[in-house]
Amino acid sequence: MTGFRIRWHVLVFLAPAVLVYTAIMIFPLFNTLRLALYSQVDQTTVFVGLQNFKTLFGDPNWSGAFWNALGNNFWFFFIHMVVQNPIGIMLAAILSHPRLRFAALYRSAIFVPTILSFVIVGFAWKLILSPIWGIAPEMLDAIGLKWLYQPWLGKEDYALTTLALISVWQFVGIPMMLIYAALLSIPEEILEAGEIDGITGMAAFWKIKLPLILPSIGIISILTFVGNFNAFDLIYASQGALAGPDFATDILGTFLYRTFFGFQLQIGDPHMGSAIATAMFAIILAGVCLYLFGIQRRMRRYQL
Amino acid sequence: MNKARQNPLNSAAAHAVLIVYTIIALFPVFVIIVNSFKTRKAIFREPLALPSADSFSLIGYRTVMEQGDFFLYFQNSMIVTVVSLFLVLLFGAMAAFALSEYRFKGNALMGLYLALGIMIPIRIGTVAILEMMVASGLVNTLMALILVYTAQGLPLAVFILSEFMRQVSDDLKNAGRIDGLSEYTIFFRLVLPLVRPAMATVAVFNMIPIWNDLWFPLILAPSEGTKTLTLGSQVFIGQFVTDWNAVLSALSLAILPVLILYVIFSRQLIRGITSGAVK
Repeated sequence: MTGFRIRWHVLVFLAPAVLVYTAIMIFPLFNTLRLALYSQVDQTTVFVGLQNFKTLFGDPNWSGAFWNALGNNFWFFFIHMVVQNPIGIMLAAILSHPRLRFAALYRSAIFVPTILSFVIVGFAWKLILSPIWGIAPEMLDAIGLKWLYQPWLGKEDYALTTLALISVWQFVGIPMMLIYAALLSIPEEILEAGEIDGITGMAAFWKIKLPLILPSIGIISILTFVGNFNAFDLIYASQGALAGPDFATDILGTFLYRTFFGFQLQIGDPHMGSAIATAMFAIILAGVCLYLFGIQRRMRRYQL
Repeated sequence: MNKARQNPLNSAAAHAVLIVYTIIALFPVFVIIVNSFKTRKAIFREPLALPSADSFSLIGYRTVMEQGDFFLYFQNSMIVTVVSLFLVLLFGAMAAFALSEYRFKGNALMGLYLALGIMIPIRIGTVAILEMMVASGLVNTLMALILVYTAQGLPLAVFILSEFMRQVSDDLKNAGRIDGLSEYTIFFRLVLPLVRPAMATVAVFNMIPIWNDLWFPLILAPSEGTKTLTLGSQVFIGQFVTDWNAVLSALSLAILPVLILYVIFSRQLIRGITSGAVK
């Protein structure tokens, strides 16, 4: 190519994507960070520096709700990590068994909840767990465990964990598929070499396969983290914007929604909303950086 | 042949685990759909029974059809999803082609810039997006949703498609150039058809989150005329909480289109995920 001639076709190819992406995604993102530094005083917008964050983290009217939502969000993430990922790995390990019959059928069926919307999932489980309909207590009764039944979604102590488990039920298909793909890509020779050395069955899984799929588990963890820290829909669909009972299921997404959009008696405050969004941004960014620089770099990747 | 990994007991246990989990995965969907075809009495008396001649009723569906404008919601969801997908694929493929085909200053930087959005959710910028949509008068239009979903889908689309476009043979493109084809013709006629499988993967990945999204319809387009199916069923169910027939029918109607799409595209979707497109 000669000199400084502008190659128009390169511009034409790039322009639409870059424009839409910049205007609708990047610009509003930074604008939100900027709005967090302002406040509305007597109908005019004034620059207040980090005052909104001081209010959010320290003012008794705000900080209680914020720390509550943040804590709940971490619990929500924790349940996903300890329940969703192990189940996903287990299912994938079973599915990847050579010559398992009906594997495709199981795979497609187990993935069905993942394609449903949160609204469907939230209401469906709300109905099933409802004491009025009685499916859950009846089924527990059938196996002699009726005493276990509680209106889980209505109790402060259980509601958040129940919702996290519902979310796990919905999304277990994703770790299952990704791990399944990783397991299939392990060459047969390695497993056969293990067999010759007497490593079979469970031992083969723990000693050969698991170390090889660790990078995939890392990716799943960060996807779960990002997904959980901007979650909103499931809580909103099943518990409403007030994230009841008594804010026991409030996470950052629902807190952000109530704050900036307003709800019932509360008037929307875009600047405090931006402050919460900024906090979410910081948390997600910290998680992603920790993964990219702390975990992914150190993870041993084996040449297959 | 590797007998050590084949024994009937293990295989039975594997099937047992998978069957139990399949039941857990499908049970709620089954309960909702089955009960939507029953009378109110039967729903409560025997929630797990299939509808019989006695208990069969379409009263719920009738209420839904009369009270909620589900056809309109469905149409809105369809328009938003199809147009957004089209724009994501078109703009994404064009940008991916520019990044993978041409060497220019800032190429790598541009790739990195576009990839930022893979990890950072667009919802973080909602406050400013709403402000912008209000200022430009796009609130309560489907256009607002289409723009947001296009921006949301582009980063991953560019990333996946440029990986695939790097594999398209240079000889083919150069042959085209010698024959005097313009860069645009090379892109549309030679390259696009070759990356069609990757385009399908991107489409399927984007389709589900767009169709199921509740956040942006709720904030950007909550008016009666622009409700999507997801928001429409949320609002409808909220109003009819005590009418179990209507709620169950509304849920079934919301499940149906996604389930049909899934049956059609599941092979594509699963192949997309398992081919390692997400890395």
